[in-house]
Order: sequence, then structure tokens, then C-alpha cells
Amino acid sequence: MCDQTFLAIVFGPCDRCSREKPLRPVYIKSEQLSYCSICVEMMATEGLHENETLASLKNEAESLKGKLEEERAKLHDVELHQVAERVEALGQFVMKTRRTLKGHGNKVLCMDWCKDKRRIVSSSQDGKVIVWDSFTTNKEHAVTMPCTWVMACAYAPSGCAIACGGLDNKCSVYPLTFDKNENMAAKKKSVAMHTNYLSACSFTNSDMQILTASGDGTCALWDVESGQLLQSFHGHGADVLCLDLAPSETGNTFVSGGCDKKAMVWDMRSGQCIQSFETHDSDINSVRYYPSGDAFASGSDDATCRLYDLRADREVAIYSKESIIFGASSVDFSLSGRLLFAGYNDYTINVWDVLKGSRVSILFGHENRVSTLRVSPDGTAFCSGSWDHTLRIWA
Amino acid sequence: AGRGAGMSSGGSLGTMQRLVEQLKLEAAVERIKVSQAAAELRQYCVQNACKDALLVGVPAGSNPFREPRSCALL
Repeated sequence: MCDQTFLAIVFGPCDRCSREKPLRPVYIKSEQLSYCSICVEMMATEGLHENETLASLKNEAESLKGKLEEERAKLHDVELHQVAERVEALGQFVMKTRRTLKGHGNKVLCMDWCKDKRRIVSSSQDGKVIVWDSFTTNKEHAVTMPCTWVMACAYAPSGCAIACGGLDNKCSVYPLTFDKNENMAAKKKSVAMHTNYLSACSFTNSDMQILTASGDGTCALWDVESGQLLQSFHGHGADVLCLDLAPSETGNTFVSGGCDKKAMVWDMRSGQCIQSFETHDSDINSVRYYPSGDAFASGSDDATCRLYDLRADREVAIYSKESIIFGASSVDFSLSGRLLFAGYNDYTINVWDVLKGSRVSILFGHENRVSTLRVSPDGTAFCSGSWDHTLRIWA
Repeated sequence: AGRGAGMSSGGSLGTMQRLVEQLKLEAAVERIKVSQAAAELRQYCVQNACKDALLVGVPAGSNPFREPRSCALL
């Protein structure tokens, strides 16, 4: 008896060309097929061809990226702070906590102002969403979500509803009712469905549409009434953490920032990415348009905030200091765009002179990370929310 | 740290083709010089400074947050 094993030669129709030939086993995507020797050769060279195409595309992509940088650099004739040299320097700022909103049982993750410049909606890790009157600090509404980590919340333009979501992967809309007997949770409407956590949401300029950003790497536009997906935005290579809609005068675009360190500007109608910026060294936690709509600011885990001008198509300022080593979680502009307020993971809020690039003030008060920050619609105050369970109104 | 898994940017042919198309689109964007863009940002700030309450402050009594709150005696 011998130990030799024989390679059984199968004769039959080739799985690729169907000719009757001696066949050999080949494995394609874990499936075993039988090819004739000619088809085995063809498959090997096809694989090679695909690799060549992939390599040439990669080269093309690299050279396009290089060309993009070159074109941007050609127009970089001056720095923003140089153009701002003759602008009057800012005086001393007296900004204090004017109200403290207490009531959340855990970390405050997000907040938004109502257009009435007075009411605020905030959401927390413990699943609670609260609507406050910031003048009196009274709680007007409260609802408990079925999930923890409600990372996003937004006020509807009419002031009659709020939207929120988080680890439930959804964005839900709750109409606000003043009937004391009415249970807010009963009227809940699920609008958006993502395949990972909801990180940000915003109504467009009406109560009818909501824009969402998610840990699934996409943004999406939804019709509130029907829950229908109107447009989806693909392009980020990782979780999307924030978004902001362009001021209504400048048209249908929005900006998003993500864990891929990119900030992307999108056309809401076509779903197309119009411009993208990749200069941060870490996750972008917050993006906010400059009031004119011609630029936007970003705050990142790399401890810097940056300003990108959309018409120059490049970063035009970096707001950083060697002493600031913790990530910036949330940014917003004052009404004229001169000041940039940024909340950080080291519990402070830094106030930056947008034009000159210098820090004008540092605000202490929170006892844990500042997670969210928004200036009021008329610019008279700004609100910050923190992991210390409170919200503060500063003016 | 601690983020959920996002989309992976694979090296597959389809993804690369889309990336190249996107880069071509971005390369074709019309741009203006930083000097012009910066001048317009500055101009917007200067023009709107007087309306910016957090920048210049407002007359006493007209900022609802700076007003002392009335205390109700129960």
C-alpha cells in the first residue's frame, strides 16, 4: 500500500467558459469553483488588472490632493490677523454667570435656544430632556427618553416642538403642549432612523424637516410628518459628530464634522459634498457658521479651534495656545462674528478674538467638562452645558 | 475614544473611483484670495459690532439677563 494521494482530474464544463476541459479547483470568495487551465490563467491576470487599476486610481487621488493644496496655497497671500491689524483691539470683558439651571441628574450633553431668545431645551446622559425658561430658571417641560445618552436636541423654529435622540439611533419629535394633564411622551413621533447613535440634529428653517448626523458616518435630511428620508449625505470616513446649517440667506448648505478629522460642506438638495477640509489632528466635535455664512469655525479634540473661509476654500485662522491641551467640545460666534466662544474638556470657556487670533477671556465656573455651548438668537447671552449636570447663562 | 464604528474607507475599486471623482469636483471650486476673503470677514465684524451685545454691552436695563431678578415674597 502506498501513501501517495492522487490529484483527481475532473473533466467537465468549465464554470467560467463552459467548454469541456480538464478542470482545476479554484476558490473565489470562499466558494469552490472548477475552472479550465486557460480560465485559471485569465483569472490570475484579471486580478492583476484590478490591482493595477486600484493603484493608478490611488496615484490619481494623491496627485489631485496635491493639486488641490497647490491651488489653495496660491491664493494664500496674507493671514487673517494681518488684515485685522488696524481693527480696534477689544477691551476687558466682564462676562459672568447670570443664571444656573439645575435639575438634570447627570451630564448635560446638548442644548438649544428657542427663537423666542428665552426658552432652552437641554438633554442629558440620564435620558431626560428638559425645557427651561432661562429668565426665571423654571422648568416648563420634561420628558424621559427610553435611552440614555441623549446626545442631541433641538428646538423647532415655531417654538412648538423639540427634537432629540442619542443611543436609540433615532431622532424623535415631541410637540410641546401647555396642557398640564397631557403626557408629553404620548405624542412622540419617531422621525429619523440611523444604524448608530444620533450625534446631532437640527430643524431646517421650518418645523417640517430635520437634518441629522450619526455615528454611522452619515448625515440625513428627513420629512417630519411622514418620517421619510429625503436625502442622505455620504462621505465621512467615520462617525459624524456635529452639523450646522448655513444662515438662511446663504442658501441650502450645511457643514458637518467628524471623527475622520474632516469638516465637509454639503449641498442639501443634491446630497453632494461641495468642499472639504482636513487640517485638524483629531476628532471635530463642533462646527458653527460665521454669521455672514462665508466661513465656519470648528472645535476639536486636538485642543484647537479653527476658522475656514468658504470662498477662499481654506483654513484662515487657528485659535490655540500651548497651555490649552484639552479638547474643545463646542463653539459658537457672537452676533457680529468678532468673538468665538469655545467650551473645553478642562472645564473652561475660552473667548477668542476671531480676527486677531488672540484669546480675550477665560471663563471659569463649571465643575466638569463643558459639553455644549450656544449663543442666544439675539446675541444678548450664551448658554453652556456641562458634565457637572448644570447649564449656565453668561452675559 | 469610545466612538461607535463608522464606515470603513476600504480600498475597493468603487470607493476609489468615487474619491477621485469627488477630488476632481473639489479641485474645480472657484476660489478667491485670502486677502479679499479676510477683508470681507473683517468688514462684517465692524459693520455689526454695534449690535453685538456680548461685544459692546447694551444700555443698563435692556439685557434681560443682567437685570436683577425680582424676588417674590411668598
